[in-house]
Amino acid sequence: MKNTKKVYVYKGFERFWHWTQALLIMFLALTGFEIHSSYSLFGFETAVNLHNKAAWGFIVLIVFAIFWHITTGEWKQYIPTTKNLKAQIEFYITGIFRNAPHPTKKTLLSKLNPLQRLVYLGLKILIIPVMVVSGLLFMFFRYPQSGMIKTVNIENLEIVALIHTLGAFLLITFLIVHLYLITTGHTITSNLKAMITGWEELEEDTEETKQEN
Amino acid sequence: MQNLRTVITFLLAIVAPLVIITIILRETPADHTLLNNLRETYEIEHKPGVDHSKHEVLQQEFTNPHLITAACLSCHTERGQEVMKNSHWKWEREAYIPGKGVTYLGKKTLINNFCTGISSNEGTCNRCHIGYGWQDKTFDFTNEYNIDCLICHDNTGTYEKARGAAGYPPMGQDAPDYKNILAHVGRPKRNNCGYCHFHGGGGNNVKHGDLELALLTADRTIDVHMGVDGMNMACVTCHTAENHQIQGRYYGVSSSNTQRVTCEQCHTSVPHTNSKINEHTIKVACQTCHIPVYAKVNATKTAWDWSTATQRKDGLPYELLDTSGNETYTSIKGDFHWERMVKPEYIWFNGTADHHMITEKINLDNLPLNINTLNGEYRDRNSKIYPTKIHRGKQPYDPVYLTIIQAKLWDKEVNKGALWVDLDWEAALRTGMEYLDLPYSGTYDFIPTQLFLPVNHMVSLASESVSCSECHTRKDGRLNDLRDFYMPGRDYHVGIDTFGKLMIIFSFIGVLIHGTIRVFASRKNQIK
Repeated sequence: MKNTKKVYVYKGFERFWHWTQALLIMFLALTGFEIHSSYSLFGFETAVNLHNKAAWGFIVLIVFAIFWHITTGEWKQYIPTTKNLKAQIEFYITGIFRNAPHPTKKTLLSKLNPLQRLVYLGLKILIIPVMVVSGLLFMFFRYPQSGMIKTVNIENLEIVALIHTLGAFLLITFLIVHLYLITTGHTITSNLKAMITGWEELEEDTEETKQEN
Repeated sequence: MQNLRTVITFLLAIVAPLVIITIILRETPADHTLLNNLRETYEIEHKPGVDHSKHEVLQQEFTNPHLITAACLSCHTERGQEVMKNSHWKWEREAYIPGKGVTYLGKKTLINNFCTGISSNEGTCNRCHIGYGWQDKTFDFTNEYNIDCLICHDNTGTYEKARGAAGYPPMGQDAPDYKNILAHVGRPKRNNCGYCHFHGGGGNNVKHGDLELALLTADRTIDVHMGVDGMNMACVTCHTAENHQIQGRYYGVSSSNTQRVTCEQCHTSVPHTNSKINEHTIKVACQTCHIPVYAKVNATKTAWDWSTATQRKDGLPYELLDTSGNETYTSIKGDFHWERMVKPEYIWFNGTADHHMITEKINLDNLPLNINTLNGEYRDRNSKIYPTKIHRGKQPYDPVYLTIIQAKLWDKEVNKGALWVDLDWEAALRTGMEYLDLPYSGTYDFIPTQLFLPVNHMVSLASESVSCSECHTRKDGRLNDLRDFYMPGRDYHVGIDTFGKLMIIFSFIGVLIHGTIRVFASRKNQIK
């Protein structure tokens, strides 16, 4: 056993943001795919109303999260890196079965492994903005109509709807993989516990782990 | 300190979200201010300023209806000229139709797929003209004494027009009680309008499906405006008139987007509390959601096949009735189809229409022939989705000249070529076309046609309006046939949906396999 120390990794807001976002995304998916007629649960009208309200909640949360990331400097956690990327992929493909140690050491200044950095950055700057923008267009797009400013008319909702649907499928796929990967911490529940309490056992010594593989 | 922290965390984590969720999910109370104002306005009963029983000129013993008109015009001196400009009188209207230019179209000239047209049949059809004596092409449209004031203004409900008398009332012994009628003239009531408009197509509710005798006594569940237990509104409450120019359009004969009566003129275009529903009004007419079914009381004719007419049983004409008493076959008219509680069909419509004229060539590659074409499509900024009755007919045409043929249907006497008297297609078609001075090759056949009638009446209670999922559904939604736009809940991209589903399935299988291997691997490692 290496030396470990209990560290306060995830701050209060960070955890609030994470869990609220998780709930909202799941709820948006639940109501969204009902609007897509994939199943019926609340009824179409209720699903639309709930989806729109949850969407506004999500937008408010995103505004706060952006503010938090900038003011705390936490945005730097998502700067992509190729260092250890290959090792991280190899770990998930083979190392994990041999009980090999994690190739990336988790520290306060670098909470994310290179794969996480890439995927979360993609979520933050691509998928979620695309979902928000297409969602807002969904709410506010103007049908071909007369009388008012015609330049903002969208001739067809189709392209907006299709992008929004594709994004939703990607988010669900992310959710499945993400839920699974949280079990790949030091113990099966250590990542989950950390995101709930904020505290996690992190290795103290830096040099040992770097030599693996 | 530790306790305070717990309390604050509890408040922030549990109470605050609950409060926020409650605030977000609370229902906005409906705002009925506008509706209540409208109720107040239309609750006030109209009180006539004149007691016609006190007019000396109306105290005569009338036998000639033209003299009644003269008596009316002796006080209402300019009304005759006004009426003669009105389409109820002229049965045609000036309208510009792209491709046709300025046209003068109306019942006078157009064809339909019910009784097909008035030409050569004026004696019976024109019973519903607001005049006296339009029995052939010689009728004088400039003589104001030919106007029948009473058919619209009799408030006793006893005035009527005789059958087959080209608009004249019964004469002699059967004549209406003019003294009583003239003492009670006034603003048109429901049965004045209904006398003709309920009976279009030759019987109650035959033509429109949303205009029928039941509206004289129906409650709010049948018609939320006219229900006798509710606002009890008259036709003219919405179909207002100034100088006898009456608002409202019937697109079987109308062409331009003017003089229409709209829901919005009272209710505004954004009457809902939910903005998503208000947004619908840009592309969806009020009627589409608020008239989920029409012909709520009595059935309406939805199909008419003229090709089976003239059959006889034991050498005699006959008729067949369905269990509700509707004619399903008559020798003089052919086969009918009736429906009650009909779901409308839906079309894009911008308020303009085109009409197939009797002189126009039929394109046999494009059948059924549209007797009238209601213009509109999704991309057209003025188009909205409207509920429509589509009446499907099969009517005679000339396979040589490729035109619709107008048959002579009615006459008082035999052997004048009238189909309904002689049951002879050949003679009826020849006589009809001769009357119109139009060519007829001598051969005839039948082609399918359709007539589009927007449904505007019999508005249902708000609680019965069409629900979201009746259109926003994958299969068999009400708007299934309107395919020129993307509708959430109905439309999807097969590629994206398949890709998305596969992605979910494979990621799930992937983590399952990965997890299983991990379980086995860790057991092996433990054994080691």
